[in-house]
Amino acid sequence: MTNRLEIPNTEWRRVSPRYVVVDFVGTLVFAIVACAVTSIPAVLSGSVLLWAIPASLAVIFVITLALTPRRVRSIGYQLRDDDLLFRRGLMFQRFVAVPYGRMQLVDINRGPLDRAVGLSELKFVTAAAATGVVIPGLVAADAEELRDRLVQLAESRRAGL
Amino acid sequence: MTQRDVIGTGSRLADGEWHRLHPATPVLKGGIALVAIVGVVIVNIRDIFINTVIGGDRRGEEYDPLVWIYEHEFAGLIALALLAGVLLFVGGFYVSWRMHRFRITDEQVEVQSGVVFRTNRRGRLDRIQGVNVSRPFLARLFGAAKLEVSVAGQNANVQLAYLRSAAVDELRREILLRASGTQSTAAKGTPLPGGVIGQRVAEFLGPELDPDAAPPESVVQMNLGRLMGSLLLSGFTVIIIGAIIALVVVTTTTREPFFLLGFVPAIIGMGGYYVSRFTRSLRYSIASTSDGIRVGFGLLSTSNETLPPGRIHAVQVSQPLLWRPAGWWEIKINRASNSSASGAAGQATTTILPVGNAEDTMRVLELVLPGLVDPAAIGLLERGMRSRGGDDGFTNSPKRARILRWFSWRRNGFAIVPGAVMFRTGSVWRELVVVPQARLQSLDLRQGPLLRRLGLASLAVHTVAGPVIARLGAIDRDDAVAAFAAIESAAVSSADIDTSHRWRMTVPQSTGPSTVPQPSVSQSTGLSTEPSPSTEPEQPGTAAGPPPPPLSPGAGYP
Repeated sequence: MTNRLEIPNTEWRRVSPRYVVVDFVGTLVFAIVACAVTSIPAVLSGSVLLWAIPASLAVIFVITLALTPRRVRSIGYQLRDDDLLFRRGLMFQRFVAVPYGRMQLVDINRGPLDRAVGLSELKFVTAAAATGVVIPGLVAADAEELRDRLVQLAESRRAGL
Repeated sequence: MTQRDVIGTGSRLADGEWHRLHPATPVLKGGIALVAIVGVVIVNIRDIFINTVIGGDRRGEEYDPLVWIYEHEFAGLIALALLAGVLLFVGGFYVSWRMHRFRITDEQVEVQSGVVFRTNRRGRLDRIQGVNVSRPFLARLFGAAKLEVSVAGQNANVQLAYLRSAAVDELRREILLRASGTQSTAAKGTPLPGGVIGQRVAEFLGPELDPDAAPPESVVQMNLGRLMGSLLLSGFTVIIIGAIIALVVVTTTTREPFFLLGFVPAIIGMGGYYVSRFTRSLRYSIASTSDGIRVGFGLLSTSNETLPPGRIHAVQVSQPLLWRPAGWWEIKINRASNSSASGAAGQATTTILPVGNAEDTMRVLELVLPGLVDPAAIGLLERGMRSRGGDDGFTNSPKRARILRWFSWRRNGFAIVPGAVMFRTGSVWRELVVVPQARLQSLDLRQGPLLRRLGLASLAVHTVAGPVIARLGAIDRDDAVAAFAAIESAAVSSADIDTSHRWRMTVPQSTGPSTVPQPSVSQSTGLSTEPSPSTEPEQPGTAAGPPPPPLSPGAGYP
């Protein structure tokens, strides 16, 4: 696997391992709902062929669930001198770099599952909708500290739109 | 002094005092509806008039309510009610017009409107993304124009509709002057010669570009033949031809001519599309002014937009396949705000050059990318547009990428020049995207399983939303990682030296004898580069400028 993307000289900060639980339960709920909905036509028509859709979905979801711990380990971020670097994804790798000066606002979101395990999700918003930097699975106190740090960094490097 | 006087004499509008809009505003806003109502009334009255005078044939008229009223002698009562209704209507419009006022101070433009629900909108002048002056056909007859100050964000524009046409150009100049970081002391309008009629005629026939604010000549002359050709050879035409073929096949096989009837509205729509694109682009002009570039469009309804420097976030030069033999190109841009004036004919204000040959295209590119001055970068632009690929300054896809980019792998590449990033794609549909480094928001590097097997990656530059998407697929993995780092550091450093936010602050230049650059205006902008016009009062730290007049309603007039 020499062709994998790697950014040289980076010390990734990983998200909390507790996020595995959140991600796992979230995916599981979605998987159950998706399989149930796609099963309806099969049940109503009694056709064996239509069972292929929920069955194949179930296989995909099982693989996704099995890979959850690795996927969560692949999420990382680093505060460099002038920008925030973010990565996620195993199969589909994605790296995003955002200069601090481009920050428009920072959001902290906490869903019910996040709250149950004491985690937060931090969203870094720029003027471009495509930026999409969302760092999940941060310990609540860390998230707030990170937010304050980002705001402070952005303040010192602000740029116009 | 009443407001009517101010509007009538063409005094400065940007003097920090409250002003009202053009008196014909309600008529112009009601526009078509009003014309229709008046038309219906006139037609009815004409019928009744003819019938009473000539006494014509009375059959079938017993159901006409007007005649019924007349014959039952309710006329007086009804006339009274009608009169009251009209008075109420006109009074309502008058009150609404009186309550709608605006002022332009040194830092902001402020509009108050509404009778029952009051609205107060303020836009910070140092945050403007563009100033658009549009003159719909009806408004031009009244000598009125609409001025729109665009600010970043959805539906965040400050609209002044309508103002006296002659005063608008002056106002635009002052707004841009203040936004640029200088303060005007006593700019004077130059009234057009002649009486009212003469002025209207002069305004109607005069060139769209304000002669004293812009060089008189547009850098591109729209050629009638080229415009028609470009429309006929557009992708839209290809779709239409495809649809016609499908239609003919369906009709001949099913032998049901009724299918054709369903397509009549579609055909009318298509015709409308062509006509509107054509009339809109016919008087296209683009020129460089000291406050950015000015783009004018439109034949009967004109619109004319000024984009200050540094407000263009991405530029795309593209060539549809059918335009290749003629060597035509189209230029689109991304910008942080879009004026609502695109309604002039459905062509978005993001198309900055509808069609042009290579020479025109280069001239427009020079205007929209003022940072690219050195010959090497300009050479790269040219090669980015026309080169077939190879070792020409761009870092292109490796040969193993030909599985994904069958024809374009030689051409599919990027180049980093001082101040900008260029992505070149497409060999059949050629395209070049240029993003100024100071404007790019973030950077994205991706790899999926397929690209990983091939040792490739995909790189994207994020800008504000718009028609231009800067993404380059299937480039060598190591090249992509290196470019990711290089573009990122360039983005950081170019943002530090970018001063287009206050474009005249660093290079003070005077545009006229009356303009004195005063670099003492210190504007402290909050961290939140707030896209919407802030409704809070003075920012603490906007030190310069006189204190605003009191906000009591009616300040400034009796």
